[in-house]
Formats: sequence, C-alpha cells, structure tokens
Amino acid sequence: MLSVNNLTKIYPGDVPALDRVSFDVPDGQFLAVIGLSGAGKSTLLRCINRLIEPTAGQIIWNGVEITSATEEELREIRRKIGMVFQNFNLVYRSKVITNVLAGRLGYINPAWSLINHFPHEDVQKALTQLERVGIADKAQARVDELSGGQQQRVGIARALMQDPQMILADEPVASLDPALAHSIMHYLEVINKEEGVTVICSLHFLDLVHRYADRVIALKEGQLVFEGRPEEIDDYRFKEIYGTDAERVG
Amino acid sequence: MKKKIPSAWKSIRLGIIILMTLVVFAYGFQVTKINLDEFRKESRQESRVRVIRALARPDILEYQQVETSVAAPLYIPCQTVESKNPSFDQSQPYILLIPACGAPGEYIQVEGFNFPPGLKGLVYFIPSPDPNDKLALQRGNVQTDHQGHFVYELQLPDRHSDQVQYLRVVVRQNVGHPHFSDAAIETWDKIIETLFLALLATTIGTLLAIPISFLAARNLMKDVKSSLTQISLMIIGLTLGIYFSMTIARWMRGIADLVRDDLTSTIIVAVFCGLASYNLFRYGFYKPENGKSFGVRVYLPQVAQICALLFTFQFLFLICQVGIQTGLTITPRLGNLAFLGNFITRFSDLINTSLPTIIALSGGAIMGGLSSYCGRRVSEKLPQKLLKWINFGFSIAAGVTICLIIGSAIGWLYEIQNETQIRLIPASIGALIGAMISLSTKPKEPLPIGLAIYSITRLVLNAVRSIEALIMAIVAVIWVGIGPFAGVLALGLHTIAALAKLYSEQVESILPGPLEAIKATGANRLQTIVYAVIPQIIPPYISFTMYRWDMNVRMSTIIGFAGGGGIGFLLIQNINLLNYRAASTQMLAIAIVVATMDYLSSWMRGKFV
Ligand SMILES: Nc1ncnc2c1ncn2[C@@H]1O[C@H](COP(=O)(O)OP(=O)(O)O)[C@@H](O)[C@H]1O
Ligand SMILES: [Mg+2]
Repeated sequence: MLSVNNLTKIYPGDVPALDRVSFDVPDGQFLAVIGLSGAGKSTLLRCINRLIEPTAGQIIWNGVEITSATEEELREIRRKIGMVFQNFNLVYRSKVITNVLAGRLGYINPAWSLINHFPHEDVQKALTQLERVGIADKAQARVDELSGGQQQRVGIARALMQDPQMILADEPVASLDPALAHSIMHYLEVINKEEGVTVICSLHFLDLVHRYADRVIALKEGQLVFEGRPEEIDDYRFKEIYGTDAERVG
Repeated sequence: MKKKIPSAWKSIRLGIIILMTLVVFAYGFQVTKINLDEFRKESRQESRVRVIRALARPDILEYQQVETSVAAPLYIPCQTVESKNPSFDQSQPYILLIPACGAPGEYIQVEGFNFPPGLKGLVYFIPSPDPNDKLALQRGNVQTDHQGHFVYELQLPDRHSDQVQYLRVVVRQNVGHPHFSDAAIETWDKIIETLFLALLATTIGTLLAIPISFLAARNLMKDVKSSLTQISLMIIGLTLGIYFSMTIARWMRGIADLVRDDLTSTIIVAVFCGLASYNLFRYGFYKPENGKSFGVRVYLPQVAQICALLFTFQFLFLICQVGIQTGLTITPRLGNLAFLGNFITRFSDLINTSLPTIIALSGGAIMGGLSSYCGRRVSEKLPQKLLKWINFGFSIAAGVTICLIIGSAIGWLYEIQNETQIRLIPASIGALIGAMISLSTKPKEPLPIGLAIYSITRLVLNAVRSIEALIMAIVAVIWVGIGPFAGVLALGLHTIAALAKLYSEQVESILPGPLEAIKATGANRLQTIVYAVIPQIIPPYISFTMYRWDMNVRMSTIIGFAGGGGIGFLLIQNINLLNYRAASTQMLAIAIVVATMDYLSSWMRGKFV
C-alpha cells in the first residue's frame, strides 16, 4: 500500500503546487488523478518517486518511508516504480532496444552498463516486452523514426523492464491521437489486471477515467478536492473540480 | 499622424555627438600614427614593388639551369697598349666590347654572339684582374634575339685601375622538366607538421574537454548536493589519496627500474601483472546476482577492483619500459619507417612520464570517492547531535588541509621559508573557516557542492579562454623549448577551455525529459549521463570538434610566429630573411590548407548533424 500524508510542495518563488494532499492507494489498484492543467498532477506523481523533492509530508510505500530514504535506498525504490510520461521522454537518437534496456539500469552492475553491456537475459526480456507491446520488429530502429503511438509503447516497455510493483503514468495519452489512446491505456490495464501492478495515472479525459480507473482523486490548485469511484463524478462534482465554465464532454 | 518637429535641443545634441565622434577619430589617427609620408617615400615604394612582385611569384617549381657565361677584358681608363678585344672562337658564345676601354662615365657598346636564343641575361662588371673573381657588380639586363645576338650600351663605372678588369655576361637557360624547389619541399614538410599539430591539439583538447564540460553544465551540477560530513571527508580523502598514490607510483617505478635492463624479465613481469589485473577485473566486475550478498563479501569486488588497478598501473610502467627499449632498438633498422619506431619510444616515454600523475589523480579520486561514501553513510545513520561534533572535527580538518595546500603553494611561489607564515597561519585560517562553516550549517543539510564546482570550473575556463593561444605558445616555448610540441601544448590548452565551454552549453540545452526518465529507473548519476546525456550531445560535440579542428589548423599556421612550430615558423623566418618568394610559397600553402579545411569541416558538419 502507498500512503501519502499531508504532501506539500512549494516551488521556489512560493508557488504552492501541492497543499497537504493525503490519500492511500491499496496494492493493485488503478488510480486516476484528474484536475485542470496546473492543478499539480505531475508534481504529485514526481513526488512519489522523488524526482521532485517534496517540501513537507510523508510518503510511505509498503512500510518504507520514501520521503526519508537515502540516495541509495531511493535508487532501490525507484527501480520498483515504472514511470510513463506524457512526452515519452525517450532518448530519441538511441535505438529502441537501448531505450527499453535502460529500464534495467537500476539492477545491473553499473560498471558494465557504462559500456552499454547488458546481460543476455535482459536483452531477451527487452525483446519479449517489445513483442508484448507489439513493436518487436522495431527493436533496432532509432526512436525518432517511430510514430507517437509507437514511442509511447517503447516508454511502456521501458517501465515494464523494471519489473515494477507500481507504475506512475503522467498523462500517458495526452500527446497522442485520441484514437490511439485506448490501445495505450489497454496495456496499462493489462499490466494492472493481470500482474497486479498498482497504476497511478493522471488523465485528461473523463471517459478514459470511467473506462479504466478503479478509483479517482481530483486535484484543484494543489488541494485534494475529490476522492472516490469514477461513477461518483456527477455534474455537480465535475463543476467543482474543473470550474463552472467547464463543459462536460465524453 | 503627428509631425515631428526637430527641436533646437535635438540639433544641438546631434552636433555635439558629431563633434565628439570627430575628436575621437582624430585622436585615433594620432595614436595609431596614420601618416602617408612614409607610405609615399621612394624607398618604401621600391620595396613595396619588390615584395609584391616576389609574392606574385611563389617559389614552387624550378628548372635545372645551364649557365652560359662569357667574360671579356676591359680597361678603365684606356691604356696605351692592348686596349682591344682578344680574338674569339667564333663557333662559341662571345662578346665584343666596342671599344674595349674608356673613361669612367663613357658609353661603350657590348655586343654578344652565339648565345642561346630568346633568353634574358645579366651583365656584370668585375673590378679585378681575375675574371672569375667572386665580386661581380650587376650592371644591367640583356635580351638575346632568335639568333642569340644582343647589343647593350654600357656606361663605364667609376672604377679606375691600371690593370685589366672584366665584363661578364651570364645567360641562364632552363633544361629538362620542372621540379619542386627546396622552398616547396620544405613548405610541404611544414604543412604536414602543421596539420598534425592541429590534429594532436584537437584530440587532446577534445578528450579532456568532454569530462570538464559535464562539470561546467549547470543542469547536471545543480542537483549535486552533499552534506558537510561528506564534503569534508572527500577533501581529506582526496588529498591523502593523492599523497599515498604518489608514494605508490614511486615504488612502482622502482620495481620497473629494477628489471629495466633485462628485456626478458621485464616482459615476464609485465605479462604476470597484466594477467593478474585482467583476472582481478573479471572478478571485480563479476555480474551480480539480483539478490544481495552479506558481510565482508560485499566489499570483496571493490577490493579486487582496486588491486586490479594497481596491477594495471604496474603493467603500464613495465610496458612503457618495453616500449622505450623496443623503440630504441628497432628505430635504426626501420629505414623509411623509422618514424614508427620513434613513435613507440616517444609515446611510451610520454605515458611513462604522465603515469605518476594519472596514478595520483586516480588514487585521489578513489580515496575521495570512498571517504565521501563513508561520509554519506555517517551523515545518514548518525543522530544530529553527534553528527554536529563529528562535522565540527572533519570540517576543521578539511579547512586546514585546503589552506595548508594553498599556503605551501604561496610559499613556493614567493620563496617564503618562514614556517609560521606557510604552515601555522594558513592552518589556523583553515581551521577557523572550517569551524565557522560547520557551526553555521545544520548537520544533515545538503550543501550545493555541485554549483560550487560548476562556478569554479566556469571561472577557470573563462580565464584560460581569454588568453590567446599565441600567447600561451610563448609560455609553452619557455617550458618545452621552441618547436611543434610547444604549439601542441598551447593549442591543446586553449582547445580544452574553448571546447569545454561550447560543449557545456550543449549539455545545458539537452531535453530534460530523458534525464528525468532515466533517473526514474533507479540509475545512478554516471548511468544517467551515459544513457540520457551522451546520446543527445554526440552530434553537436562532433560538429564543434570539427569546427575546432578547422580553427586549430588556422591557428597552427601562425603559432610558429611565437616559436610553436609548424609552417608559421618557416614563414616568419623567410620574411625576416627578406626571402619573399619562399614566403609567398608558404602563404599560398596556408591559404590552400585553410580554405580546404574550411570547406571540409563545413561539409562534414553538414553530414553529421
Ligand atoms: N519547476 C517548477 N518551478 C516552479 N513552478 C512550477 C514548476 N513546475 C510546476 N510548477 C507550477 O506548479 C503548479 C503545478 O504544476 P503541474 O504539477 O505541472 O500541474 P499539472 O501536471 O496538473 O498540469 C503549476 O502552477 C506550475 O506552474
Ligand atoms: Mg502535467
């Protein structure tokens, strides 16, 4: 279980991005995080694996306090948490297989990895993951030769290489053609349902939330304004989260 | 639209500005001594014409020449006896002087026959009774017609003599095929030297600039933070590490010297060290199981790695000896390929000389790293109160260490022998600073050591970059003597600074996304650089390196002006010797090389990026 207690992040220049956010995520849950842009979704996800240092509050995962972990402990925690990004965050000039193998960096001997040497099992595993997301034939291609949808699959394969117990997905489909959204979300769903990996996913479209999430939390100006099942978001709640000007679509 | 009316104030202001500009320019003329009188002088004009004509005829090709030289006796003034031309063999070239004597200032006619046709020749007056005397005064030019005949009006010089004097006409004729002149061959040699000078400087500069550029990149360094314990321990460890490794390096050199005279035993020991280091490395980097090992065993691979490194260094020392010996032995037997043997000797010697420095630095790095690791563990595990005291101690020790080093440097520079001044005072200042820092920070507070390193690196780079390579060459010449080596050092140093700056700007402009993603996988800092940073910076790095090579070729053509070797050395020599035709050859060569490099580098940059 992941529990977040009074998590607060104030960026330099007194920009409050998270304000005493508290919630729990049981293992194996698919949690959606919604909110307007600027609400603090990305900040929240990045605080969980401390890509961003929280200003205050606590994050405890399976009894380990992430917020007070030392650098080395943090690396061991991070390698158990896969991350998928809105902009894919792949290394565009490298090959697909190299990007996927990068998911193993937290596990393998650092000295070998510096000369780009990965154990044979890891290479096999990378090919298997690429097959799983349907782009096994692109393994040797350079990432910048791939389409957006294919790139996000590489991103997912990289996260899967970590043997994650949790996946943080920051608007994984927001820069993709809506038609592709379901195919990407589908992979996350499979990982969540079949392997019991906890997924915390920030989303823009409510229909995706309804379709995939077990539970939703909503942020507004850094504060938690809703927590519950997707069905519970009615018109009133919607206006509360997104503001009175918002129109419900989908 | 409102119409602008120039106010009186505006006109006055404009007037003042123009007036001030005029004054500035007038003063500029004064200080730069712009004066056309010198320009108009006759002597200037003459030398100008001579130089320009010489420059227009670069000394590249020459012919073998056959000289037709004929002398005839001449009396100034006329003697009572024998003042007429001797008889000549009419089938050979000969000259007739009509008359063959006269008073100074009188004109006589010189007529030549049977010379090679259609050529220019020179007329010399030889003020000596010996027609082959070295002293020959050039009087004028002749041009032979198609029959090899010419006529020349000679004004007799003011050279009275009772004895016979001579007049000589020399016509030079090119024979055979043109071949490269000495100047051209020399120029070619030096151009090659220049290109390699630039190549070496660029290679050395690039290799060193790459790691430095990471230190000078703000985006990589700003997250590097350490606790005070860690920093102090690292400073102490680094210093001790360098000190101990210098001792170790001395021992190693001693071992290498022991067996030096016997090539066979050197090779045997070297092979042993090589094998030992190979096996230890294999053990040290043995692929880990995903599980954890316990107890002391955890550190065994690290110990193995350090031992492996020691054996590697010993191996290198021995191999250098082998290299030097082999090079010396084979060089005389290689003939045309002697430069290869020479290279082996020189290169081994270079490694041999720089090994102690490399060992000292690696030792410092290892000890620094280890103690910094200990420092981190200590500051993570211990409670605040205790840590405060530990920090106090370590921070004072670190302050003393740094200040003692600075103190001895100052003592050496200014030749201070006074112990108090170079030991006690710096030590107390260091202790004071250390104590103040430890008291003013919280025990576990992460200090921005990365930004500090970043700022220092930037400062040093900017300082080095602001010194022109030509000036560095002057200093390098004092260090290693006149020659291309000085040029390589000067250009290399300048290249490091310039490239590190350019590179680090590239590192700063990479996409932050991949960096974040690689960090999120649990990668350590070095892995993050290798997997997220390096792939992004390869194209600009290649492009900048090309650009720099181009620039270095340009610089290396003139670095010789300051004694740095290469073609510039030859050029400035020839200019000083007024040997303008050879200088012209070298300028031409420089122009060709620079233009070609310019084209090549832009073409290659276009290919890579
Ligand atoms: N690095 C940063 N420095 C300062 N302010 C930031 C930074 N990143 C985000 N913010 C601010 O924090 C708030 C939350 O941002 P973010 O977490 O990116 O929101 P979301 O992902 O929901 O769009 C925004 O107001 C944003 O401007
Ligand atoms: Mg966001």
